[in-house]
Amino acid sequence: MTDIAALQTQATQIFQRKRMIAFGVPVLVLLYLAYVFFAFNMPDLWARASADNARSLVADTYSHKTHVTLDNRSGEVTVAIEGEKKGRYPEGMSPDWVTLGETTVIDLEEGHVVTFGPEQITYDVPDFGLMSFEVSRARGVVADYPVDTLPDWINASKNRVTITTEAGRLTITRNRTEVLRYFTGWELFFFTLDSPYHGLSVAQVMSRAASGEAGAILSDFWNNKMWLHKDVAWAIFETILMAFLGTFGAAIVALPMAFAAARNFAPFVALRFAMRRLFDFFRGVDALIWTIVLTRAFGLGPLTGALAILITDTGTFGKLFSEALENVDEKQIEGIQSTGANAAQKYRFAVIPQIMPVLLSQVLYFLESNTRSATIIGAITGGGIGLLLTQAIITQKDWEEVTYYIVLVVLMVMLMDTFSGWLRNKLIKGQ
Amino acid sequence: MTDISHPTQTLGEIRTGYLALVRQRRLYSFVAIFIFAALMISGFNLAEGRNGGSFWGGIDNFFDYPVEVIAEAAGKLDEMPGHFVNFFPALVETVNIAAVSTLIGALLGILFSLLSTRGMARFPALIPVFRRAMDIMRAVPEIVVALVLIFILGGGPVPAMIAIAIHTTGALGKLFSEVNENASLKPVEGLQSVGANWWQQMLLGVVPQVAPNWLSYALLRFEINIRASAILGFVGAGGLGYELKIAIQWGQGKLDDAVALFLLLFITIIIVDQVSGYMRGKLTHGSAGQQ
Repeated sequence: MTDIAALQTQATQIFQRKRMIAFGVPVLVLLYLAYVFFAFNMPDLWARASADNARSLVADTYSHKTHVTLDNRSGEVTVAIEGEKKGRYPEGMSPDWVTLGETTVIDLEEGHVVTFGPEQITYDVPDFGLMSFEVSRARGVVADYPVDTLPDWINASKNRVTITTEAGRLTITRNRTEVLRYFTGWELFFFTLDSPYHGLSVAQVMSRAASGEAGAILSDFWNNKMWLHKDVAWAIFETILMAFLGTFGAAIVALPMAFAAARNFAPFVALRFAMRRLFDFFRGVDALIWTIVLTRAFGLGPLTGALAILITDTGTFGKLFSEALENVDEKQIEGIQSTGANAAQKYRFAVIPQIMPVLLSQVLYFLESNTRSATIIGAITGGGIGLLLTQAIITQKDWEEVTYYIVLVVLMVMLMDTFSGWLRNKLIKGQ
Repeated sequence: MTDISHPTQTLGEIRTGYLALVRQRRLYSFVAIFIFAALMISGFNLAEGRNGGSFWGGIDNFFDYPVEVIAEAAGKLDEMPGHFVNFFPALVETVNIAAVSTLIGALLGILFSLLSTRGMARFPALIPVFRRAMDIMRAVPEIVVALVLIFILGGGPVPAMIAIAIHTTGALGKLFSEVNENASLKPVEGLQSVGANWWQQMLLGVVPQVAPNWLSYALLRFEINIRASAILGFVGAGGLGYELKIAIQWGQGKLDDAVALFLLLFITIIIVDQVSGYMRGKLTHGSAGQQ
């Protein structure tokens, strides 16, 4: 009977321990999260976060704006998409909602009309009234509003007035007056304004292509100054090149080293130990540090990125390959040996065929993940799509380009994933 | 019945046939290796052509920078313990970023994996949606999410944490769902028959079966995330990477800082790798001894 009593106490203890774990682990996790919440200064984060930045970012990813700018001194009016020189309309040309003349009339639609006159600037807002402004060097911006107390969408001071409505935005300073109008979609994605194909419909472009202009159309698209399709394609290629050279280069370097680190192939303990520590060193130093050291020696560019991946992955592959080598079947080696094969033949016909599937599948897995790493390393070494992406983010205004690049990167990684999976199946299972 | 065998075929015919096959195979292997070698060589040439400096021009200088850095640090060896103490908070921040993002990523990954495994999904019609969502979370590089969030939230550890957590959710979600597919559905059916709701079915029927494998993958991810969090620091997300960037940009005079930071990072990566390797070994091989 004592046996049952002992079992009972044992069972109770186990239950108690399980209960402790069931409650203790979530409590520990919560405590840790609470600690990090304060260590990362989260309560303050909300105050520092910029809602304006978020709004402009989101708006810019799917829309673009056209700037109509009046130079208050010379009276010159320019119309430019995104306010960039590359997107400026040629002299005397304008979109159909801007009528150039002595008095320039800008129709923002839904009743909103802005005029740039020789003497004064007016803005007619429906259900509010007509505002007029005079700009002079001496007195700044003198405004005439239809109401006494200004609503909060008008921000006025002596030298600057900003009016933001749902139709657009008007900014007046002493030097210049600017109207922004927002449109949905990415601007000038296919053709810039100086191309004869800008503004044509798809059917029109196709019919022109059919009548022998296909080359000119492709060249206009390929050399688009706003979106730089040529450079982007090169950058994507460079990123894939870095991943390809780094991954396969590492595999080639790591294979002989792995033989020296495998227990059943390396006779010297000291050599084996040294090789393993070398692999640990390559992996432990991390791609970041290798990137820095290599950039100093070889300058910026794709070669540096490829070498950084190559060195880091030599460590990883060396470890993985030597583990695979330790698991090979000795019987096949003995069989080959019994036919009088020398060492090189033994490796070639008894060992390599055994480990090849394992090696290839690991290398192809890494090819896919290195495509992503090459994007990150490219941002630091200055090569590939990573560089374009970080540059576009750092300028903090071309969010539509950032979106475009992100979409391309996601597609590129997914494509490499599919490709390496297909190749893996073909090479390993299809044989 | 005629094409089953060729009893009339002589040994000589068989041999020539076999040798022809071997020759063809060798030719294919040779062509494949040749194409591969040509791709590698032209690839390296192309990469070198688009690089800032050339390979052979730079190989002599490869050790210059490490030597310069180590020389300066060796001269200031007595300041090293002080640097370790100074930079310890940065190390804690880097480890915290990795730990929290692994934790959050793993919890979300569990949810996503359960929602995208056949037989367990709460909404079977939405399985492809959750799978594609995980694919996209995996494909977006962390640095992109981090930089965009730095623009909105300002610099600091939180953007890096969110960026790594998103990526971890996608990566772990996929691995977890592969684990789930191997779990037995019988406990789930049993719980269903006694009227347990979805959460109870998952918590009591699935989690005990798959928890060791989940934990093992999460630990592996933690190793990766330590490195990721150091790299993200380099673009302004705090921690060791950020301090390292400052020390390196400063150049001479602060190179001893860089060495101290590098050593901290190196030691941390080694320790985490070793500990997690040991724990993973216990989880996957030594589970017989557990209760």
